[in-house]
Amino acid sequence: MFLVVFFLLPALIMVVASLRYPGEFGGLAPLVSTRPGEEAGLTLESYRVFFSDWVYFEIFAKSFGVAVLTTLVCLLMAYPVAALIARSPKRYRDMMVLLVVLPFASNFLVRVYAWMIMLGPFELLFSRFAVICGMVYVHLPFMILPLYTNLEKHDPALLDAAQDLGANAWQRFWRVTFPLSLPGVFSGSALVFIPVLGMFAIPEILGGKDDWIVGNMIKESFLGTRDWPFGSMLSLMLTLAVLAVAAAASWLAGRRMSRA
Amino acid sequence: MRKLALGIEALAIAVLFGSFLASGGKLLLAGAAAALLALAGVLGLAGKRREMPGFWLWFVSLLAYAFLYIPLVIVVIFSFNDSKLNAEWVGFTTAWYLKLFSDEDMLRAALNSLSIACGAAAIATVLGTMAGLSMHRFKPKLLPFLVFTPVAMPEILLGVSLLIFFLNSVSPALGALGIDFGLGLTTVVIAHVTFCIGFVAIIVRARLAGMDESIFEAARDLGATPWQTFRLVTLPLIMPGVIAGALMAFTLSIDDFVITFFTSGVGTKTLPLEIYTMIKVAVTPEVNAVSALLMALTLGMIMIAAKLAPDLMQAKT
Repeated sequence: MFLVVFFLLPALIMVVASLRYPGEFGGLAPLVSTRPGEEAGLTLESYRVFFSDWVYFEIFAKSFGVAVLTTLVCLLMAYPVAALIARSPKRYRDMMVLLVVLPFASNFLVRVYAWMIMLGPFELLFSRFAVICGMVYVHLPFMILPLYTNLEKHDPALLDAAQDLGANAWQRFWRVTFPLSLPGVFSGSALVFIPVLGMFAIPEILGGKDDWIVGNMIKESFLGTRDWPFGSMLSLMLTLAVLAVAAAASWLAGRRMSRA
Repeated sequence: MRKLALGIEALAIAVLFGSFLASGGKLLLAGAAAALLALAGVLGLAGKRREMPGFWLWFVSLLAYAFLYIPLVIVVIFSFNDSKLNAEWVGFTTAWYLKLFSDEDMLRAALNSLSIACGAAAIATVLGTMAGLSMHRFKPKLLPFLVFTPVAMPEILLGVSLLIFFLNSVSPALGALGIDFGLGLTTVVIAHVTFCIGFVAIIVRARLAGMDESIFEAARDLGATPWQTFRLVTLPLIMPGVIAGALMAFTLSIDDFVITFFTSGVGTKTLPLEIYTMIKVAVTPEVNAVSALLMALTLGMIMIAAKLAPDLMQAKT
């Protein structure tokens, strides 16, 4: 019941809000006109603005670019760690997982701030590079943990068999380990990709104005320009994008499974 | 072999620290790389004999671990730095900590954070446990969607939708009844409960999933009412899960920034919000000091959690 009131209802209200006019002093205009000449009722104005200007499309494309890059870097860094933990003796594994999770006990802003200090002296702050660093840093465990839970389940006998059949280390990885780990790769990627899309604090703190992504635009429309209908519309677009990504990830994982 | 490895490790750390203090951080990366190389080499060689993963895997993984820890270590080190700039090591001081404890805004924010986290964790634990139980028992269709979507969605979406909801729907409705309602502690607690329920429910359900159904049937056969079954059988069994869920909710709430940012209004500040303002306005080592203290606090929480509920880690992964 609680969730119906405080999750489902606000979500629906947001859908309606995206169809309304912005209020005179920000916020939303009333649904029913109280004074003559006042804009009221429902409109597709926000959507018209969104689809009529390439700028917004570009920002969405940029957000996807940042998310893709972050996911790839996370994957590259996470795979060796996950593999190492999975292949270590059992009694060390919990400890190694704990060591991955531990930095994430510290506050999200603290971790972003740490990168401000790290990059400050090298004059790398307020750049795309800094944004990616921060994004990767904040989301890395979300990639390592699913990968590890997947890799841990692999039967080492498979690799021995591959070796006996004459596969070298590279072949063993690409033909045996990697295909088997794809469900882990997909769920980890979704766990990194989706939050990155909605992030606003990291581009704001570590990036320059050029590095703003969808999250920043949403935040700006609600708290800066106070154009709520536009912000609601953007949020809705983001929701659709997230659903599409989640659907794609589960479809890819499912297809893999049925082929294997 | 092991002693040698430990020796080299200690040496590497010493070199790392020394080079860092000497150069104010610029040599740090070179030092870290050298140390890692040495460490990975030792571990890799040791591994060859004991059928352990090889050199390169160790090397890359250690880089990743270093990537995880170096930024935080630097934050802590600079919190003791006797300089306004986070660039060069000047001297040791605890002044930033002392300043922190006399900063009234900061203390008020800490108090807010704490009371919000307690309230949100208490409510979310009760509701989340109920959700977890009913998901396990009745296998409903809509409930998992309601419980897990707030967990999976980008936080900003929940934040803004609650912002509209509170200001545009709840506030006028209560205003018509003569109740003044604005953003503040209450709205933050409600928002936190909304996203914490999912985590509690996941943990409780995971705990229930591994359980033998026949215990509950036995209780019923022995004449226990549903309430007695719950209180005497189910609750004690799921208690570790409930405690783990409560701790999880507490840490999530005290750490949350994005959702608090949208639902707190002007007057109410929590620690993360205070840190955010400080980072945006002026970066001083005072931020490092708060960060270091927060790290120590959450570290302590995790250790207590690990003592109280040893299966917390399993529930999390």
